[in-house]
Amino acid sequence: MNRLLKRKSAAFGVFVVAFFVLLALVAPWLAPHDPLATSWSAVRAAPSASYWFGADELGRDVLSRIVWGTRASLLAGVVSVTIAVSLGVPIGMLAGYVGGWTDVLISRITDAMLACPFLILAIALAAFLGPSLTNAMIAIGISATPVFIRLTRAQVLAAKAEEYVEAARALGNPHLRIALRHILPNIVAPLIVQATLAIAAAVIAEASLSFLGLGQQPPAPSWGSMLNTAKNYIDQAPWMAIWPGLSIFLLVLSFNLLGDGLRDALDPRHR
Amino acid sequence: MGRFLLRRLAQIVPTLFFVSILIFGLQQLLPGDPALALAGEERSPEVIRYLREKFHLDEPLPMRYGYWIAGVVRGDLGESVRIQRPVTELILEKLPVTLQLATMAMLIALLIGVTAGVISAVKKDTWLDYAANVFALWGLSTPNFWLGILLIMLFAVHLGWLPASGYVSPFEDLKGNLSAMIMPAFVLGNAFAAVLMRHTRSAMLQVLSSDYVRTARAKGLNERVVVLKHALRNALIPVITLGALSFGELLGGTVLTETIFSIPGFGKLIVDAVFNRDYSVVQGVVLLTATVYIALNLLADIAYFLVNPRMRIE
Repeated sequence: MNRLLKRKSAAFGVFVVAFFVLLALVAPWLAPHDPLATSWSAVRAAPSASYWFGADELGRDVLSRIVWGTRASLLAGVVSVTIAVSLGVPIGMLAGYVGGWTDVLISRITDAMLACPFLILAIALAAFLGPSLTNAMIAIGISATPVFIRLTRAQVLAAKAEEYVEAARALGNPHLRIALRHILPNIVAPLIVQATLAIAAAVIAEASLSFLGLGQQPPAPSWGSMLNTAKNYIDQAPWMAIWPGLSIFLLVLSFNLLGDGLRDALDPRHR
Repeated sequence: MGRFLLRRLAQIVPTLFFVSILIFGLQQLLPGDPALALAGEERSPEVIRYLREKFHLDEPLPMRYGYWIAGVVRGDLGESVRIQRPVTELILEKLPVTLQLATMAMLIALLIGVTAGVISAVKKDTWLDYAANVFALWGLSTPNFWLGILLIMLFAVHLGWLPASGYVSPFEDLKGNLSAMIMPAFVLGNAFAAVLMRHTRSAMLQVLSSDYVRTARAKGLNERVVVLKHALRNALIPVITLGALSFGELLGGTVLTETIFSIPGFGKLIVDAVFNRDYSVVQGVVLLTATVYIALNLLADIAYFLVNPRMRIE
């Protein structure tokens, strides 16, 4: 942690991510207005003392919707990457450790999934599953899985050739124990880095799906769907577009900085 | 070369097979009776019966896959339920627009990304290097639909220099076409420029510290010649491979860009299809992008094989 925080950019990333997590936790107490409450007298109201970030086309407070929208973005980022890790790491370990036909089969399926561009696959999955935040998270999670399969497989292949694994095998440890107790702890560092960077990609993907109407459904607030509405009022109410976009940018930037910082801190070659 | 090509082609066949299974499998995700889902709001018994027969929904899954893949191999991707036109025809109609957008985006990304990467490597640890790295982080973290909105605000609403949306064919009005496409192409290329910058920088740093560059410098060659002729040529090999592979990702990015700028391309086709529950079109678009990606992957491998003598010896 000390090594991570020594880098200014990584420390900035940690600080901003922590800020957004806090924002998501205290949203009910922090948001100045009800994020769903409409007000005809405040339709597209410019930023003012009562509406710091302005109001949207239905007179809802943009700041309150940004604060509540943090929950959807963070939840989508973390849940979809958890899905990708829980599927990708065991499958990748199986391919790398068992090898042979199992590896060939898993690798070809991974290649097939990687051949479909991430966003197009997520859109197609979300379209067939039906539009909702939960389905968007499942779609993003599945689309991000092949990257974890490939990374885990490569790491396991490298670790398998190490002497400590050979020693564990010579001592008669069962395969499952070797995989879980000896290999997994040694390949966890690159997986953590990849997971952090994948959260950044998942936040953008959730915003993209919500922007297209395939994620969080209205009237529930989400940064992506706020931008979708904002694009129709660019000339009359630019604040509707600026704040949600800036929030996505800041959160994604922070996860990217955190991921880069973690890579430098955890990879001995970068020390 | 022949053996290498055969080996690579042999690898592609199972990948394509699994891609087809994956895309066919998408239909199985539809909740409830697929005929009802495919029919959307048109729920008359005749329509349901027609769809059941057309998609062989009463037959076992492997048989249905067989019918579907046989059609795909013949170039028949099914028919759009909404527009009543063959999916292949729809895709071919939209594809040129998207290809123009993606090609322009790729050129912009290469121009910005490679230039920034070279400057960043040559001027390592100076303010130019830091600026290029900040640019890369910006590119990687900015959602392209937000960037699109910001550019429309600036160049269309405030300055009035460029149209906010729309599309004109280059054969009708080339100037109009370019002014409508330049903003979307920049938006699409922005993130990719950042990726290219990072790769060019690291490839250049590696090459610049190699022996042959030291020899070129020791010979007293002009630094410009060393960087552009000796170093960049070699550093570009992995960058070009990456470029070919990322073309597929660019096609993915067109979905959002085309939606913001109302460009009637391939990306807009899939979004409209999603909302019209036109599932054959969604499947067709995914299948085509995956096939293009696999083909580009093969081309990149062949190019790599041709330019890298070590691989030829192996």
